[in-house]
Amino acid sequence: MPNRAKPETMPADEGRAAATPPAPADPSTPGRAPAGSAPAANAPAGADPAAGDVSRQGATTAPDPVRRAGAAGAAPIRRGNTLLRHLLIAVGLGVVVVIATYQIEPFRNYQLATIGVYLCVLPGLILLTGFNGQISLGHGALMAAGAYPVALTQNALGGDAQWHLLVSVLAGVVTATVLGAVVGVAAARLHGPYLAGATLAVAASVPAVTTTFDGVFGGDAGLSFALAPAPSSLGVYFPFERWQAWLALLGAAITMLLLANLVRSRFGRTLRAVRDDEVAAALAGIHVGRVRVLAFVVSAAGAGLGGALFAVLAQSVSPGAYGLTLSLNLMLAIVLGGLGGLRGALWGAIALVALQPLADWATRSFEFSADVQQRLEGTLPLAVFGVALIVVMTTAPGGVDGLVARATRRLRRSR
Amino acid sequence: MFRFARRGVAVAAALALAASVAACSEDSPSGNGASVPGVTDTTILVGTHQPLTGRAAAGYSKISAATKAYFEYVNANGGVHGRKIEYKIVDDAYNPAKTQEVVRQLVLQDKVFAVLNGLGTPTHGGVLDFLKTNKVPDLFVSSGSALFNQPTKYPNTFGFNVDYVTESKVLANYVKKTFPGKKVCFFGQNDDFGDDALKGVETVLGSVAAKQNYVPTNTNVAPQVGALKAAGCQVNVLATITPFTALTLGTAAKLGYRAQWVGSSVGGDFVGLSALLGKAAPLLLEGYVTSGYLPSPLDEANPWTKLFKDVNAEYNGNTTFEVNTMFGMAVGYTFVQALQAAGKDLTRESLMAAIEKGGFEGPSLVPMRYSKDDHSGFSGTQISVIKGGKQALVDTPYVTDTGSGPVEPYTEGAATPPAKGIPSD
Repeated sequence: MPNRAKPETMPADEGRAAATPPAPADPSTPGRAPAGSAPAANAPAGADPAAGDVSRQGATTAPDPVRRAGAAGAAPIRRGNTLLRHLLIAVGLGVVVVIATYQIEPFRNYQLATIGVYLCVLPGLILLTGFNGQISLGHGALMAAGAYPVALTQNALGGDAQWHLLVSVLAGVVTATVLGAVVGVAAARLHGPYLAGATLAVAASVPAVTTTFDGVFGGDAGLSFALAPAPSSLGVYFPFERWQAWLALLGAAITMLLLANLVRSRFGRTLRAVRDDEVAAALAGIHVGRVRVLAFVVSAAGAGLGGALFAVLAQSVSPGAYGLTLSLNLMLAIVLGGLGGLRGALWGAIALVALQPLADWATRSFEFSADVQQRLEGTLPLAVFGVALIVVMTTAPGGVDGLVARATRRLRRSR
Repeated sequence: MFRFARRGVAVAAALALAASVAACSEDSPSGNGASVPGVTDTTILVGTHQPLTGRAAAGYSKISAATKAYFEYVNANGGVHGRKIEYKIVDDAYNPAKTQEVVRQLVLQDKVFAVLNGLGTPTHGGVLDFLKTNKVPDLFVSSGSALFNQPTKYPNTFGFNVDYVTESKVLANYVKKTFPGKKVCFFGQNDDFGDDALKGVETVLGSVAAKQNYVPTNTNVAPQVGALKAAGCQVNVLATITPFTALTLGTAAKLGYRAQWVGSSVGGDFVGLSALLGKAAPLLLEGYVTSGYLPSPLDEANPWTKLFKDVNAEYNGNTTFEVNTMFGMAVGYTFVQALQAAGKDLTRESLMAAIEKGGFEGPSLVPMRYSKDDHSGFSGTQISVIKGGKQALVDTPYVTDTGSGPVEPYTEGAATPPAKGIPSD
């Protein structure tokens, strides 16, 4: 395995375009500052493993301005077929995960399914934020756009056959993609805080839309729908949670596979070129606006799939489930997981599912008097959760992925 | 890399084969009939989901603590049939997605015997199917929605609160008798709470002169209150949650609109509304009509209030004793009563059969409805009016049904607490 340089790209990076004049040749641009501690800080903006390979040789040498601006333009030096390699990895991992679902209890399978759902959303968000430098606080709304069509279609079809589910999920993905295109067109013209504000408005509008058209969306209580049980060929006592885990993980595998190929393609390189310097990218013949909209559309499709599967897990949709908290949690997950590559999505998804129970568990051992206990009930885990976040973000600005990459690098060097 | 991947696949495939062989024999349900989930000879594990954090936490977070305190009181006195009740409270922050997760945790991971008093219509509504599939008793849901009274569709689910139709029928009956000939209007939340309440009002009074509604996410009710004023409404029946009752009264005062306000028990009691309205409370709340099905927490003379206040002092850190504390204690009392009735050989079936048999007497002012084809809780309410800064009960409690049945006074009087305040079988 190559020694992958892993420069951290902070979301602040994308604010640069609006806030300061472009300075492509300067390795110490504001957005890059947090990466200063890592040895790989001077490496090109190789946000994905492929670019990392290119940077491998140059990781410790002086920054190369041409390369920095045009890192995305350099062809990844890798033999073999990328798609085939990714497929093999996906199948291998898939088999391992399927085995795992047989070994764990239903509740763990449900948690695994939730991780799968987040793994549909987060890679797209990383593509948008980490690779293309756009921020979105509205992905919860895009998930809702993927979820409501599932409920509506399932109810319209009856929801008792497996193909109903396929149609419903596709309807969800298409709806979210269309909404993503609309938001993307608006977002393409905005930068930094303006973009954050606009997408935040999208996230905040979900409850308003569902209560205004409560005849269709069921208002605050939302809609519930029937779902066909796992195919009987899998066994009579096949737990429904395991089936849900399979569905969600299949969605996650498809998303990861497609996006992993996408970020290594020409399109992936244009994404990064636009992020690093819009002017340079435009001079190189890239249609900046189109790339930004496309990035939003791709990421919306992922969010739509995640939202649809989220609805499948809950067998219901309601505005409370897709509120502002969800949007902010998604953002938080990718920052925590690491924006440098799609692998950050895995850490982020695990964090979203596991951190809260861990915080619960950590606080359970404390003993308090009854009235203090009553006041802390529910809030103490939140506080522990928050502190954990602050600690991770200050000690590892590159997220968990950056931390892991650094640790493995050190291990390898000591060997 | 290639070789690595190929080797990985080979290993994984071998593992998969081994696992699928192992799995075939694994999936049959274990412990069928032999043991009851969550029940041992000395303990009963019960779970609940409550909004301990988030927008609904204020007030509501006190309910489960009170229930737990009552269980601790019962446990300290020997438990039920020698079993101590363990109450596991999990926070869902009033977020339906979180409810899904925590209820699965309770049922699949903690293996609770029953889910007790899960709070909220949108939150609990989403887990009904899951609880039904897993055959978990879903007792005393903290909501008045008709959703939780569907014995044929959800045989395991039992509501607790008085349902919205019943209560608004009692309120409308009071309006009919006390304010004859006045122009009556309706202002409600735009969901099943408001819809059911309006249905109840119109069953008794015929169609109302004007009706308005609000969405909980928009805190400006001036247009609606203005419309009520313009329509010349003299009596307004409210189906509002507590903050919106306060908003409505405050907005009406700002618009210089004086009318008789009649609010549902969901819309807050005197203490809750006073806290929200602040200094203006005595003036704005004078004459406000509401109803309830539990004794007032301020009524020291009531033996139930005294009992629960003592339990609160000893087992709940003597926190403020309010309506929600009272409610939580009543939930605990009713559950213990159901456990006693289910007998020593406790199973999920015996518990639900005991509740369907009904006949529970407790702190409430009106009887509970539980029967084979009715899974709703309280059968009526008693009107109270705020006069001179005090809330006082009026007349007797009234009971009715959710259909077009008459609203009748309930005169049998309330039960008195048993010795030691613990129901016996």
